[in-house]
Amino acid sequence: MHMSEVDILEDVKVELIDVYKNNSTLINANVGPQVNNVRKKALSDFNRIGIPDKKNEAYKYTNIEPFFKGDYISEFSIDKFFKLNLKDIFRCDVPELDTYVVLLLNGFHYPNNIEVLPDNIIVCGFAEASIRYPEIFKKYYSQSADSSVDGLVALNTLFAQDGIFIYIPENTVLKKPVQIINLCYSFKNLRIFRRNLIIADENSQANIVVCDHTLCSRGYLTNSLTELYANKNSFVDYSKIQNENSISTQISNTFIQQEANSNVTTNTISLHGGLIRNNVFVKLNAGGCESNTYGIFLCDGHQHVASFIYVKHDKPHCRSNQLFKGILSDSATGAFNGKIYVSKDAQKTEAFQRNNNILLSDEAKMNSKPHLEIYADDVKCSHGATIGQLDNEALFYLRSRGISEKEAKQLLMYAFANEIITKIKVDYLKKRITDLVEKRLRGELSRCNECNIRCG
Amino acid sequence: MLEIKDLRVSIEGKEILKGINLKVNAGEVHAIMGPNGSGKSTLASVLVGRDHIEITGGTVSYMGDNLLEIAPEVRAGRGIFLGFQYPVEIPGVTMVNFLKTAINEQRKFNNLKPISATDFLKIMREKQELVGLHSRLTNRSVNEGFSGGEKKKNEIFQMAMLEPKLAILDETDSGLDIDALKIVANGVNKLKNKDNATIVITHYQRLLGYIIPDFVHILYKGKIVKSSGKELAVELEKKGYDWLNEE
Repeated sequence: MHMSEVDILEDVKVELIDVYKNNSTLINANVGPQVNNVRKKALSDFNRIGIPDKKNEAYKYTNIEPFFKGDYISEFSIDKFFKLNLKDIFRCDVPELDTYVVLLLNGFHYPNNIEVLPDNIIVCGFAEASIRYPEIFKKYYSQSADSSVDGLVALNTLFAQDGIFIYIPENTVLKKPVQIINLCYSFKNLRIFRRNLIIADENSQANIVVCDHTLCSRGYLTNSLTELYANKNSFVDYSKIQNENSISTQISNTFIQQEANSNVTTNTISLHGGLIRNNVFVKLNAGGCESNTYGIFLCDGHQHVASFIYVKHDKPHCRSNQLFKGILSDSATGAFNGKIYVSKDAQKTEAFQRNNNILLSDEAKMNSKPHLEIYADDVKCSHGATIGQLDNEALFYLRSRGISEKEAKQLLMYAFANEIITKIKVDYLKKRITDLVEKRLRGELSRCNECNIRCG
Repeated sequence: MLEIKDLRVSIEGKEILKGINLKVNAGEVHAIMGPNGSGKSTLASVLVGRDHIEITGGTVSYMGDNLLEIAPEVRAGRGIFLGFQYPVEIPGVTMVNFLKTAINEQRKFNNLKPISATDFLKIMREKQELVGLHSRLTNRSVNEGFSGGEKKKNEIFQMAMLEPKLAILDETDSGLDIDALKIVANGVNKLKNKDNATIVITHYQRLLGYIIPDFVHILYKGKIVKSSGKELAVELEKKGYDWLNEE
């Protein structure tokens, strides 16, 4: 008998709950009490909500069922992977950037010799931090990621074991970016849960770059959740580069809370992946904040990239920008669901949202849903979405100057993507990402440039 | 260099050009004049290879080859240049990147090595001066935020950079003030030599006070109804286009 989507997701839910119950001792073993204390609620939330199906409005255009029903195993002990020598399997030219590099292997912090950070800045594994800094965890952990609303948030909270922890103390500037490299490498298809906690305290400044790689052709089902707290007057720039193989799935949730006069920019660059779902929730809790949420995705084959953005203005005089762009070819599909919510008290809000997409083939498909919900009467808000082809007039103009059709298309696609890349504030990172996007558009990138591993 | 014989062209089923004959030799400047809707821009479009145009009859040969079978970028590689009536804005493609790519694609087509960065910058500075294009514009995206006059100057600047054999300037004078007009004309005159040719398409005689054509053709209702020396332009300016109906 053919099973319906709902039945399959119900089965997966039951299986995951079993997996948790059978391994809870191991899962609970190496983390602090704050992480374990919320699991009970997460379990009941997950049991109640389950995995979102297409009837769920937020997942209407992202069918995650085929990716969840796959044959995955879970590993809850970091020891399983540490027999690997990362230096043997991984050489990436991104670390040549002048950054503090932190490695994660299959979601577990991989101790590398990170330089000692100045000014009491903390960059370490999530598990380690949850034991060493219980006060910080008490104050922040799981405060913005509400497991009662989203089953996948509940699932991450239930399985949370490791990830990255960053704390920038007040009046401190992180001089070089922290670069988090997420690697997936295993002999079997694997479920990965990553949990990150980032806190920028008052008057601090930080640049964070996240790179996601799959190092082999196994399928990965990654559920990644990051909570980012930007306290008063802090300034955070957070870029994420996703480059995974075509049979991997990544569900990424980013929760951002901003206090007075803080400024947070996120830039998500989705180069490659089977199914990528990026949810970004921004909550502006006090006046004078600026929030910029940017993203570019490039997808072909049967890839699917979806961005779900929710920016909530709770207080007056804040400003937010959402700008997402996509280039889709072959049978790729994409979705953008962006929301600006302005509560009654949030007068003088300036909130803008734009989503532009280019379809390069007849089969490619894009769903875009811009959405404003405004309860204040003195605001400046706008939204807009376009889905189109490359500009034929521009294409002809370039060709009339001797540029071949292929090259002209490259130039136009790159120009389209460039609007997002120019938003990246660190120059050498901008240059590096420019190269990666150019290579991707030329079809020369299925992996990061210098990496030795030939992954999917 | 260019020979058009009995060219007939339709757009969306409507015949626009009804048997054009024109011969252009190296070293010559031709002016094609005519009222709106006479088919001037359609002729330019045919020569650079726009694809919404249906050629229903006649031939166009360029340097001995059937031009109509050649792709637009190859035409450019072989020395054909169009100064657009309405240059498009291309956000995100910088002028420098655009010109460098264009020059190198044309060089590649002609089996030449890519231009060196220093040579490129040198030529760019030189030509910028020639047409009086401010460097603040060459640092921008192609035509983005340019005024009408700046866009036209930019067309002449590109022509200077690419050094075409056959340049077709489609209404390059429209919307220009007299200073800009002089600069554009000056650019064209300086680039003129015995090996290249220019076709100036215009509505008004104004530009022809600065670019002296060897031949003037009047295009009217899809046909060249009169061809003569430069004096024809003056006559046209005096009488307007209405007298053509009477003849």
